[in-house]
Amino acid sequence: MTAPTKSESRYSWGGDEHLVVQISEAMSLEANFTTMAIANLLASRELDGIIDICPSNASFLVRFDPDVIAPADLEAAVRAAELEVGDTASLSLQTRIFEIPVWYDDPYTRETGARFRDRHQRPEGNDLEFAAIENGLASEAAFIEAHAGSPWITSMVGFVAGLPFMFQMVPPERQLEVPKYLRPRTDTPALTIGHGGCFACIYSVRGAGGYQMFGITPVPIFDPEQKLPDFSDFMAFFKPGDIVKFRKVDQAEYEQIQAQVADGSYRFRQAPVTFSLDAFLADPDGYNASLLEVLYGA
Amino acid sequence: MALEILEPGLATSVQDRGRPGHYNVGIPPSGAVDLYSALAANLLVGNPDDAAVLEAAYMAPKIRFTEPATVAVTGGTMPVTINGQSAPQWEALHVNAGDELAFAFLQGGARVYIAVSGGVEVPAVLGSRSTYGLGGFGGFDGRVLKAGDVLPVGAGAQVGDRSVPENLRPRFERELDIRVVLGLYDYRLTDKGLAQFLESVWTLTPVADRIGFRYAGGSLEWKERVQPFGAGSDPSNIVDAGYPLGSIQIPGGLEPIILHRDAVSGGGYAMVATVISADMDTVGQSSPGTKTRFRPVTLDEALAARAEARSRVGELRKALQ
Repeated sequence: MTAPTKSESRYSWGGDEHLVVQISEAMSLEANFTTMAIANLLASRELDGIIDICPSNASFLVRFDPDVIAPADLEAAVRAAELEVGDTASLSLQTRIFEIPVWYDDPYTRETGARFRDRHQRPEGNDLEFAAIENGLASEAAFIEAHAGSPWITSMVGFVAGLPFMFQMVPPERQLEVPKYLRPRTDTPALTIGHGGCFACIYSVRGAGGYQMFGITPVPIFDPEQKLPDFSDFMAFFKPGDIVKFRKVDQAEYEQIQAQVADGSYRFRQAPVTFSLDAFLADPDGYNASLLEVLYGA
Repeated sequence: MALEILEPGLATSVQDRGRPGHYNVGIPPSGAVDLYSALAANLLVGNPDDAAVLEAAYMAPKIRFTEPATVAVTGGTMPVTINGQSAPQWEALHVNAGDELAFAFLQGGARVYIAVSGGVEVPAVLGSRSTYGLGGFGGFDGRVLKAGDVLPVGAGAQVGDRSVPENLRPRFERELDIRVVLGLYDYRLTDKGLAQFLESVWTLTPVADRIGFRYAGGSLEWKERVQPFGAGSDPSNIVDAGYPLGSIQIPGGLEPIILHRDAVSGGGYAMVATVISADMDTVGQSSPGTKTRFRPVTLDEALAARAEARSRVGELRKALQ
């Protein structure tokens, strides 16, 4: 991978309550990392009048109360944070890595995919088959292996409550890319593992959607009733910057985990990590292996 | 004290001033779509600003009160009856146990607000009683009301006769100029595309709810380009980004969508402008068929309009002391 190229960021007002900063027009791990770093630094300043700081893939949104912080003062604070991040020689992110078990090619998403075939580029097949062909992979199994093989970074949480967008931590030539459905479906099972463009997602609630569907996880990611211990702090599990490893499970294990979720005993396998962009860029596969050692033990 | 929902209306939900601060994980602020009318309703019945009220879109509920209370109906124009007798909007109304509040057809605006002294006391979630339907939480069971629901009401203050002066009631027009600040991804439009956006008269479609308001009536020209990595193939696509409240996205260049208080927090469509905070209530009271033009203003003009809106709220408070 090449070193990040510095490009001019773009500041713009979203009415009188939002400042939007575009770090880059294109998605890249570097742009996302810079976005996250500025957002975290700005949050650490705890400025009065800032209501929300929402990092997304390659841009961020600040919602503010202009009666408390003048727009010019806010802009100055954000520019200062951007400058400080830009001057940092080596960026690192305090985050965590966790596992999401996935039943790939499950009957729920397969049935939904069949129901909305008229909206798909390739009406004769299924979404996994289409994704394998689009990425020049020999089989659905090879696609699943690539999907579950390397970790992903949560580059944005949103659209609806708790829904993560994830970008795979691999060199650009190995990024999995699949176009969205031609026309969005009106239904997607909750907890579907989706993919659109270069992003994976997990549908946090049932509803409309245009991403390709590859499988389903038994693990809740959004729980307004906060029943499981891992939701005791907050109802949405994912946070921007989380590193995710998908693990392929079969029907038996899917059902076993579902039972643990139902009786309240399920715990996410997770571990805190410090993610260093430079170390990753120097040796992506080696760095990913070390992250997985943290998750699973050496 | 409780409210018994005899008929639910079309889309009636419990709302207060919203739950800011969780947009970074996709939880929108929610809260009343017309904050001014919701505030007026609370002030009329002697409630604090953040008491929860009912917001009813297009068709309002029929409600029975289990105990005496003070109620007020504000927002869109919709004839009110108590036990079949006509009753005014924008005034404090005193009801007895067993009284029934009902409504006729909507005549102006889109949403009415019903406040009851003591406020609707559903449990607060993340600091707010507002319903967030997509997430299925907040309000009453995280959903719009159904017949048979019984909503708890808190202990209210005693208030005398109060009414909102005529000049402090919103007027509902079928032709609107909505003020916007241009920006965000507007550089993706050609000059012609930007002119098409500002000069077209857009008509609000029936796709208008707490999430967003979709308009039809024109088509916009985008600049051709090789799309950046991750942005998707249509020229109106961007790498998924956060959506400001009030931001206007135009999928395919065809139908502008203004996001409102239950906004989806981000996505892959270019936004070209944002409705100023002072005009969000007006958007929220638009009904399908409303002719709308987008008028560009500067950030300073948006802030001046915000200050004006605040001073109007000050007058409202003074009038209802």
